[in-house]
Order: sequence, then structure tokens, then C-alpha cells
Amino acid sequence: MTPDDLFGRLRTRFADVVLARGEVSTSLEPRELLEALAWLRDEPDLAFDFLSDLTCTDWPGLEPRYWVAYHLLSTAHGHRLRVKVGVADGDQPRVPSVTSSYPTADWFEREVYDFFGVVFDGHPDLRRIEMPEEWKGHPLRKTEQLAGVRTRFVGASVPPPDQRGT
Amino acid sequence: MTSSVGRPVGSPSTPTSTEIETRSMGVREDTMIINMGPQHPSTHGVLRLVLELEGEVVVGCRPVIGYLHTGIEKNIEYRTWQQGSTFVTRADYLAPFFNELGYCLAAERLLGVEAPPRAQTIRILVTELNRIASHLVWLATTGLELGAISVMLYGFRERETILDVFEAITGLRMNHAYVRIGGVVMDLPEDVPARVGALLGTLEGRIAEYEELLSGNPIWHQRTKGIGVLRAEECLRLGVTGPMLRAAGVARDVRRDEPYCGIDDYEFDVPVEDSADAFGRYLVRIEEMRQSLRIVRQALDRLEPGPVMVEDPKVRWPAQLEVGPDGIGNSEEYVRHILNESMEALIHHFKIVTQGVKVPPGEVYVPVESPRGELGYYVVSDGGQHPYRVHIRDPSFVNLQAVPELVAGGLVADVVAAVASVDPVMGGVDR
Repeated sequence: MTPDDLFGRLRTRFADVVLARGEVSTSLEPRELLEALAWLRDEPDLAFDFLSDLTCTDWPGLEPRYWVAYHLLSTAHGHRLRVKVGVADGDQPRVPSVTSSYPTADWFEREVYDFFGVVFDGHPDLRRIEMPEEWKGHPLRKTEQLAGVRTRFVGASVPPPDQRGT
Repeated sequence: MTSSVGRPVGSPSTPTSTEIETRSMGVREDTMIINMGPQHPSTHGVLRLVLELEGEVVVGCRPVIGYLHTGIEKNIEYRTWQQGSTFVTRADYLAPFFNELGYCLAAERLLGVEAPPRAQTIRILVTELNRIASHLVWLATTGLELGAISVMLYGFRERETILDVFEAITGLRMNHAYVRIGGVVMDLPEDVPARVGALLGTLEGRIAEYEELLSGNPIWHQRTKGIGVLRAEECLRLGVTGPMLRAAGVARDVRRDEPYCGIDDYEFDVPVEDSADAFGRYLVRIEEMRQSLRIVRQALDRLEPGPVMVEDPKVRWPAQLEVGPDGIGNSEEYVRHILNESMEALIHHFKIVTQGVKVPPGEVYVPVESPRGELGYYVVSDGGQHPYRVHIRDPSFVNLQAVPELVAGGLVADVVAAVASVDPVMGGVDR
């Protein structure tokens, strides 16, 4: 399907569908996610059977704050779709895990948990993946500094760029 | 390899890293846990595998990553759009041009600009040469790991000849930052097309030599045939792309399915094998090198004179760069122009270099076919001078998840062959 056809087809099912720069994306509530993904996979003319990518963007000040993006691909038809889920900030932002239908999401979800602190309900083994196990905080949140954090190595710390000596 | 029995002295209550990893494995009483890596010669950098063994047989495996995490995605958010190119090139360091290309294509789609034809051809030229160089490293390291040490020497020898060309083009052997938003940073030096032409002839003969060495070699067969099998259905479930997927019989290639830089105008085949094992992946990669040679040859024929960067002064990098003895630098003529002749040019230079370009708000996902599979760039702009978010969908990261499936039920020695057939590059995995 061309992006235009896909856009038209998806508007019959979802309220919020956007076609921009030749890419189709739709935004959903976390509770709608699993049902929508199953539908997108099982409709023969859509057949989104491949999860290319899963990641998150942090928008402090927006409501909801975290936007988890799922990049789907249909290996049969070759079209792509971005599904975005807005997750409200709170004690613990939560999204249902898609690992049961897309096993490839396993490490992606661990990475989003590690970097953004978004919890994926139903993930079989949700732990940090890139950062050390004892790391405090979630480094890709916009509220985390680039530097100036204490490293895990005893006695070592990196000052922020503007406070470094020559 | 180190056994994980016991805890380090002085930390009675903190669990060891191996204990944390094995918690979710459901380890049996009669098996042994062995750590392979992160500093093991066969782990392609710093990959760590926690293996559960019953004698010589692997019953469980947990790949552990993160040892090469450098925060590239976070760092880019603090740099200008143009500077992003120098960061992403360091992710998958064996495929630097692909990273630059993916990032720049994404930024260009956000900006709504397209690189001029000559720049597109140069991009195809350098990326396909890069694919050969990357596959040569794969061949060399895999040969070394499976005991074919001469292949290691040959692979690195030929790769060096390609890197010499890259050095002539960009000033650097790796981490080039040559592909920039709006085109490439500077035109090819005059002698490069001839050098590439000469290189093509040599490589063609050398690839035939590798095949002579390996394709009929009984030891190579025993080490790779039926090892690390992953069928097409499993590949798709696990998100595996690239040579692994094509060795399982699926002819998916971003270059053909979602062409970029006009690569659909080039003639090339997408090699496919049905064996879905390490030997099939070897055959696919050898054939891909040949196909890349074909593409490079066509690219040389298509190199028409013309600009290599978009004309829009709000997008193009203002400096005139050239390769000097110590890498890329400003051409003396340009420096004379902005310092002696034109105040406006100096102001413009200062503004674009320090503030960068402004990119309209929006988000895009652009895939390119890296030597390891689908390399995707999800780039978000909030309309400012810095990328708001850049996520790299690195094929090594995704393909590594398949390692437990590849090695389960096999022997420890075959873990080496199976991991080698994935061709993971940890710089891309950990970013």
C-alpha cells in the first residue's frame, strides 16, 4: 500500500492518524495498544508482521510525557507504520509489553526501561541492559544531565563541560 | 573463561553480575555456568555470554551487553544537527558510512532537501565499498576464530587497501563524518576513480581466492554447516535482518525494497541461500561482496561532474574543505576569503558553524541496508538547532538477541562459529 492508501485505510479504524513526509503514524492510549497491534497484524491487507524498531522520546512539559514509538513493517506488502503510545509521567510510567507477539521487543523494551524508566507490564525479564545494574536514574530522560554525574568508579566524577579545567 | 562459583570477597550481600543474569534462566542443579567474555578473543569486542553447560552441550545462554555503551544517542541531543554525523559514525565502527548516510537521510527528509546527483552517486560508491570492507573483516575474524588463520591475514590485507581509498577520500581510515546533511562534505580527489577502478580488479580476483580456500574446505564445512541454524520464521519473529535473514531464504534487502540514493537504478542481485546456517551466511556474504563490486563499478560510470552539496546556504556547510596531510581541513583559499575579503561570508560561516541549521519539527524513520541488516534512524526534531532525539536501530543489537536460539543444544566450540556468523559489532550494539 502507498502511504496515502494506508493513511485512508487506517483512518477507518483509528481516530488519530497522521501522514507526514511520506510516513504514516498513529497515536494510541496504552490500553488500546495490544488490541491495535493484533488487528494491524491480522488484517490481510495490512499484515504488519515485523517490528523494526521500538524506542521512546521524552517530552517534559507535555501531557503525556513519554512517547513510546513502535515501527512496524509488513514483510509481505513492504509498507511501514509508526504507532506511538503516550505514557503519562507519575511514579512509574507503564505500558503493556509486546514481547509475547513480537519477541524482538525484548531488548528494545529493556533499553527503553533502562534509558527512560518506562515499565513494560508483562515483560519476562525487565532489567537494565546498557547501564550498570546499580545505576541510579534513567539517562536519556531530558531531565538528566549529560555530564556532572558521579560515575560508578570509586572516587571518580566528571564535572559538567562548563566547569572543567583545561 | 572464568567460573562463577562463589562471590568476590568483601561483598557478602550484593549479588554478582553472573547471579543477576542467571536468575531468569531457571538454572538446573546439575549444570555449570560459564562466562565467555566480555574479554574473550572470539566475542568481537566486548560481548559477554553467560552459558549454562551440561558437559560440552549448551543448555542455556544469556548474551550480556553494555560494555561499550558510550551514550551516542544522548550526546547527539547536545550537538548541532551537522555535528551529529561525527557521532553516529562511531556507533557501528565497521560501517561508518552507513551510519552517516542513515542519519543524514533522516535529517534531509525532515528538512525536505535532497542531495544532488553526484553526491548520491558518491554515497553509493563509499557505502558499497564499505560493505566489502566490513564483510572482509567478518571473513577475517571468522577465519581466525575457526582456525583458518591465513584467511585472517588475507581479509585484513584487502580491507586495508579499501581503507587506503577511504583515507584518500575523507582523510581518515574510519569515523569519516564524510556524508553530511545535504550531500557529502567534499568532492572526490581527482585520482580516486582510477584508484577505485584498479581496486575493483584486484578484489574480484581475491574474492575468488577466498572461495577457493574455504568453499570446498572440509574443515570449514564441518565448522559451519548445520551450525547456528535460524529458520526464516524465527528470524522474522526475532527481528533478524541482513545476511542472516537472506541465508534463511528471505530476499529482503532495504536497497531493493526501500531504495535510497537512487540505488534502484543500479543492477545488482540480492543473494539468497536456504541452509539458514553459518555456511549459508558465509555464501551470502561472499556473493554480496561481488554484488557490491558490481554496484561500485556502475557508480564509477555514473560519476558526472556537479555539486556534491545542496545549494541552500541555510543548509550547506559553509566551509570549503580539502584533505591535507593531517586529515580534513579548511582550504587556504576559503580561509583567506572569509578573513580578508568578505565580512558577510565570515558572519555567515560563524552563524552556521556555531548555531547549525534549524530543522522543522517532525519525526522520521529511515532505514538503510548496512552490512549487518536494517540500520534504522528514528530522528525527532522539535524545530530547534539540536536533534531532539536520535535513536539508532542497530542491526547487530537486534540480531544478537537470536544468539540463545543459535547456540542452544550445540557444543561450546560451535558457540564461537554461531556468534561469528551473526557478525555483531559491539560499537553498534551498545552505542
